[in-house]
Amino acid sequence: MLLDLARPGQLALALGPDIVLLVGAMVLLLIAVARPDSDEHQRAVGIGAIAVCVLTIAAILFYVGFGLEATPGMVAVDVFRWSADVIFLLGAILALAMSIDYERRQGIVLAESHVMVLLATSGMMLLGAARDLILVFLGIELMSVAVYVLSGLNRRSAAAAEAALKYFLLGAFSTGFLLYGIALVYGATGSTNLGAIGSWVARNGAMHSPMLLVGMGLLIVGFGFKVAAVPFHMYTPDVYEGAPTPYTAYMAAAVKAAAFAAFLRVWLEAFNNAGEAWHGALWGLALATMIVGNVVALAQRNIKRLLAYSSVAHAGYLLVAVVVGTTAGASAFVFYLLAYTLATMGAFAVVAAVAHTGERHIDLRDFDGLWRVRPWTAVAMAVFMLALLGFPIVGGMGFFAKWYILLAALRAPTPEVTLAVVVVLTSVVSAGYYLAVVMNMFMRSRPATAPEPGRVPRVTGVVIAVTAVLLLVFGIYPNPIARLVPSTTPATAAGPAPGTLAATARR
Amino acid sequence: MTDFLTSIGYNHWILPVLLVLPLVGAAVVLLLAHARPDARDGEAADSEWSRSGAIRWATLIVFLLEFVLSVGLWWSYDPASPNWQAAVDWSWVPAWGARFTVGVDGISLFMVLLTTFIMPLAVLGGWTSIRDRLGAYYALLLVLTTGMLGVFVSLDLLLFYVMWEVMLIPMYFIIGMWGGERRLYASIKFFVYTMLGSLLMLVAILYLWNAAGGTSFAYTHVLHAASATGGAAALWLFGAFALAFAIKVPMFPLHTWLPDAHVEAPTAGSVILAGIMLKMGTYGFLRFAMPFFPGAALHPAIRTLMIVLAVIGIIYGALVAMVQPDFKKLVAYSSVSHLGFVMLGIFALTLQSVQGALMVMINHGISTGALFLLIGMIYERRHTRALDAYGGLARVMPMFAAFLTLVSLSSIGLPSTNGFIGEFLVLIGSFRTRPIAAALATTGVIFAAAYLLWAIQRILYQPLARPENRALRDLNARETTLLVALAVMIIWIGVAPGPILRRMEGSANRFVQLVQRGTPTGPMQASTEAR
Repeated sequence: MLLDLARPGQLALALGPDIVLLVGAMVLLLIAVARPDSDEHQRAVGIGAIAVCVLTIAAILFYVGFGLEATPGMVAVDVFRWSADVIFLLGAILALAMSIDYERRQGIVLAESHVMVLLATSGMMLLGAARDLILVFLGIELMSVAVYVLSGLNRRSAAAAEAALKYFLLGAFSTGFLLYGIALVYGATGSTNLGAIGSWVARNGAMHSPMLLVGMGLLIVGFGFKVAAVPFHMYTPDVYEGAPTPYTAYMAAAVKAAAFAAFLRVWLEAFNNAGEAWHGALWGLALATMIVGNVVALAQRNIKRLLAYSSVAHAGYLLVAVVVGTTAGASAFVFYLLAYTLATMGAFAVVAAVAHTGERHIDLRDFDGLWRVRPWTAVAMAVFMLALLGFPIVGGMGFFAKWYILLAALRAPTPEVTLAVVVVLTSVVSAGYYLAVVMNMFMRSRPATAPEPGRVPRVTGVVIAVTAVLLLVFGIYPNPIARLVPSTTPATAAGPAPGTLAATARR
Repeated sequence: MTDFLTSIGYNHWILPVLLVLPLVGAAVVLLLAHARPDARDGEAADSEWSRSGAIRWATLIVFLLEFVLSVGLWWSYDPASPNWQAAVDWSWVPAWGARFTVGVDGISLFMVLLTTFIMPLAVLGGWTSIRDRLGAYYALLLVLTTGMLGVFVSLDLLLFYVMWEVMLIPMYFIIGMWGGERRLYASIKFFVYTMLGSLLMLVAILYLWNAAGGTSFAYTHVLHAASATGGAAALWLFGAFALAFAIKVPMFPLHTWLPDAHVEAPTAGSVILAGIMLKMGTYGFLRFAMPFFPGAALHPAIRTLMIVLAVIGIIYGALVAMVQPDFKKLVAYSSVSHLGFVMLGIFALTLQSVQGALMVMINHGISTGALFLLIGMIYERRHTRALDAYGGLARVMPMFAAFLTLVSLSSIGLPSTNGFIGEFLVLIGSFRTRPIAAALATTGVIFAAAYLLWAIQRILYQPLARPENRALRDLNARETTLLVALAVMIIWIGVAPGPILRRMEGSANRFVQLVQRGTPTGPMQASTEAR
């Protein structure tokens, strides 16, 4: 069925899953404030929020099964959007599950926090769908404002307050860049619609319009902040360390994924023909991000900071997919996002489970001999670390994710061999810190003074188990994802559907 | 025998069964250990001991079963046929063209048999030395076996790469969790060295996959595309493969992980590392690096470089071994020397030298594996590996002395032991194409005699000066059994290598022709298409 996005009714239909999520969030907000704060209430709203996410996923699956397509317009209706949405919602579900336990443990009883996660997720879904720069801006703001609140949720913690303030200031600053970039691009091309910008660029080229070049540069800065690419990554370690662990996981996985999804779509649909203008900049950005992220992570002793730098490094790998800018790049990108989201969520869930009450620093040494006392948690953490390292079978789909990025880089019209080699070499560097965690857990003995870690909270335990099992299953049998992903961008199909990512990317 | 094997459809199921059986065994072992996963030493409750026993016996039975099953390959393998044998080809990830394809030829056949032969002995050797976290230890050994067998039988490049990486993890944990004092350092060094090489190989594999049309990782398919690449690309790709394999061999100067890993690993780990895992590097050269890029491998500069490095490895390894005060380190460096012979034989590229290289691969697995087992036996009694802590053991441990002498002589390459056959073939084979290198390599045999005989003298003969050595027990029944198995192989291969050489001749010949001709025409091509 082909939707005509010029008609409001059909546009609303195209936004169906987004509407399901938003309505659910509104209803839950009313429920959340209707009763006094208590732990039971917080828990009930959290479970309700998870249910809303599940419902939204069901709606998306229904849409996919229905095979909807749309005319070019403000929003995309394609498999890239749906698969990205499912990844965001998966991230939201996992974060919600962790935060239910977390809030109980920390004695925070704010039922609204779960609604905030839903609102942030609806911003992300907007980003996944946006084919218009205005919509990109809306999505980024909706997502970011909710996440600013979440990062400062723990009012009693000075570190959380610092993190929230830092995140807010730098985030607002980066949004300024983004908005200015959008304005300049609009000024140069006369449109905010990605398709229209794309055809303008195809007609006139980018190199002759300084205004467009500056606009693209500012957009890179704005997106660079959101995805934490070097040199715009400075805030991540502090913010990730200070924020409550479930929301750190959410930021590291879903927020980054959403910013990347918009980044990729803008670049493929609007600026695909301006490669000579941005290729060098993004190439350098990817290179610097991979190298700095991995090397600095080696020096970290605090596990949350370590994971923060690891997420910077992974932004570098994902940037390779953006640089490649082909359909294979987009497929690799979706596959990678799923693997990365599962592994990151799982790793933070383990951190949350190992941490004691009170947001104290969790050092690498706190993992010493964990295997002796919490064998399954340690095994799951090893799987997450090896997945982030990109190891086959034992690291689950982490290997295929990295493999896919390499494949995309080598299959590009002009093969990015240098970037591929850097991906590989920095992966070896990353073994230094991912294995340090594994080594501490399995190979060092548990210090006699180490306190018995608390029981793994039930819901967090489920998160750990589910993410580990999904990673392992897709690592041996990636067919469901591998089948899904190529159809994101049907490089071999009879003809690309009009107005999709694929159609633009293939030009 | 052949008829019987055909009647049970042996060739259709043997390789998948060999790969899956250890995984099933690992699951069983973990279940046995699960009741309380932390079986610590000292809690000598009856139930504790019976469970440890159950875990050990279950592992041993799985490995013995593997061996018995795999021995059928000896008869079912048809040396006259150029096809991949016992081949199985299943779908895996159709979207990327990756398949589960396995099969053996005359080269991998013996690597498979060597693996299944060494594994039960390695388990027996470490029977009492591993006392804590038994379930995890034996499960890791079992998983490792799947990885190692997978490397030798994979005929799909992605499957090969996955297996190649997978076997790294169990060994990393075995060294890191049950190793000696410097185990953390040794394990991470082992991991990072191997990973560096293998990830660059992954880039090369992907490059080839793309060059071959991006539809299939099948060995023969990629082989065509690979040997069609020329110029600088071929050199780089050969470099990526060669680096991964040279680290694993290890070739001088990439060998520095080896002494650390071998010395720090527990006995079974050292036996497996030396006996089986080092062969993966040379196997990689035989199967992938050289047939894929004959132009690069036979480039005069590269070939000379490889031969020079091989000869340096032979002499350097032997000289360094000579000055080691630690018996285990001595044997570790002797591996560098022995594997140098293999590399020399491969790059000399005559039928004899390649067959010799294959024989050295087998013999080194048996002899060095046996040496590590013997070291493990005295280490368990005295908790030291320093050569000068011993002396005069021949008087208190006559059986041990007899086996150590036999194994050392085979490692030196005394005629009528297995060691002689391999090194002799390498030397006469390479003398035809590379006389100077062969002449220099011969000194390696002399040095080997020097360091091993000197070591034996210090351990076994000399006066029984130390009081703590007087009370040492001689070998028990378990230790004698496993050494007898090794001794039988040593003598059998030494006296009658004919059946082995006959089985590997066809494949070795094809390898030489494939590399020399530079294009994949002829039997190798027919082999997979007939499948």
